[in-house]
Amino acid sequence: MPEQDVAESAPQVVSAFLEQRREQIAQRWADAPLFRWVFTVSRDEAVEACKLVVDALSEVAVSGRLEDVATAGFAPVRDQLGRMAQTRARAGSTPAQIAGEVAGLRGPVIELLRAEFTDPDTPHAQECVLALTLLMGTLRLVVMETALDANADLIERQRQQLLEVATPVIKLWEGTVAVPLIGTLDSARSQIVMESLLEAIVDQRARYAILDITGVPTVDSLVAQHLMKTVAAARLMGAECIVSGIRPAIAQTIVQLGIDLGSVLTRASLADALAYALSRQGIEVSRADAGASAR
Amino acid sequence: MMRPSGQAPATSLPIGSDADLAWVRQQVRQYAAQLGFGLVQQTKLVTAASELARNTLVHGGGGQAEITALDDGRSRGLRMRFTDQGPGIRDLELAMTDGYTTGGGLGLGLSGAKRLVHEFHVDTEPGRGTTVTAVAWVTQVPSSRPGAG
Amino acid sequence: MSQPLPGQSAQVPVLALGDVLLVSLQGELHDGMAEQLQHDISSRISASEVTGVVIDISGVDIVDSFLGRVLAEIASTAALLAARTVLAGMRPAVAITLVELGLTLPGLVTALDVDRALELLSQGGT
Repeated sequence: MPEQDVAESAPQVVSAFLEQRREQIAQRWADAPLFRWVFTVSRDEAVEACKLVVDALSEVAVSGRLEDVATAGFAPVRDQLGRMAQTRARAGSTPAQIAGEVAGLRGPVIELLRAEFTDPDTPHAQECVLALTLLMGTLRLVVMETALDANADLIERQRQQLLEVATPVIKLWEGTVAVPLIGTLDSARSQIVMESLLEAIVDQRARYAILDITGVPTVDSLVAQHLMKTVAAARLMGAECIVSGIRPAIAQTIVQLGIDLGSVLTRASLADALAYALSRQGIEVSRADAGASAR
Repeated sequence: MMRPSGQAPATSLPIGSDADLAWVRQQVRQYAAQLGFGLVQQTKLVTAASELARNTLVHGGGGQAEITALDDGRSRGLRMRFTDQGPGIRDLELAMTDGYTTGGGLGLGLSGAKRLVHEFHVDTEPGRGTTVTAVAWVTQVPSSRPGAG
Repeated sequence: MSQPLPGQSAQVPVLALGDVLLVSLQGELHDGMAEQLQHDISSRISASEVTGVVIDISGVDIVDSFLGRVLAEIASTAALLAARTVLAGMRPAVAITLVELGLTLPGLVTALDVDRALELLSQGGT
């Protein structure tokens, strides 16, 4: 019985308790919302997952590093609960909700520990309960950290996908490609635009590349710089770039801000830019019925 | 933690001749590829290394290049450090200006290299030499990131 | 210390295609080799009836400010000797890096590849 051996430190008592009551704790935790949500199919699986967490906690307790989030003993917890937290995050739970669910594991296990003592109000018993409370608090931090990491990864991945999706390069004609830019042109975005445009120039063997900024809300000096860099890079590869879709309001801003677009070739609309590119390649477009008989 | 396989986390290379510049470029290319930098970033890093190593050779009278693989837990990076015991740079601000040259180049060495990396630091003292440190981080999302933590 | 490097030859070969010189740069280019090439090209132009020079850099991994200067100087020297220079086959990653470096090589005529460069020279050839 723990209270008989006063020499044992609280973390050691907690560790021994976790080891002895492993089965009971796991059975109780398996019914907690966190495990119920994730292991919807099999309760046995939930119990097994709970046992892994109990074992890990016992190991951390015996090492005495109850408040050390980075201690090696938490590695299996990170792995197990981290995956569960990710599952929950994907299902739409916020890190705060997940943390709340982990906090919900504390009640049942504290209750079991208190029941171990004939008098749970002795200083030693209280010390042991406090140690377990600390340990459960650290567990909550570990899970929350893992959940936040998973979220950050998810957001970054989505941001990247959005960047790529938002910048298609279209072949308009033999030897002419265009990128319709929509939305704000920041540094990350313009890098991707530049890369995909240059790749398209190689793939399509394009001589002309049109950057259409009809969908770009504002052009400041930074955006202008991005545009000029793209034009310069395309030229180094032997393609001529045309910036089209400069709306009157944007043209005014450009002039008012004193932005020098330098030697960048501009056209009012995408159609004008295409017409320029075609005429430079000696391609003439005319109505089929002009001077020809009806089919 | 992943480390470039078969490659020490840091390498020190001498810069004393044309051929050494080529060797530095190759080493930087290898490090960058193994750390997972994309092709464009690799090209930027190798170009920056070439500019800085040439500065060390031409202005510093030769020196050392030190290439170190970095891992801050979230992303991987590469640090390049170029050290010489040459005359130092008297007016750093001027030396960092586009088009400023004393070595017959285009004057884009320092200012240009700075634009190719994420972090850039010059430590110089007239008569004592110059140390230039450049760091770049892998910016793209690695496709197979081993589970967070 | 100078290790032998793969993709490196002592000299850059200069090929004559009719009245056009074709130079293919490959792999690592030492500063000394680049300067040697600059010299070779100008003597070849003055020695024969060369009207155009195509420098193919599709095999080049990086262009730094030194090589950029050499390329620009080859073009200006050739122009003085009445030959036109076209820089062909720059890789996308190299183009992006050059622009970021601040080197846009405004005086150089560029083409997607050698075919396009030859086409360009034959069109404008006087």
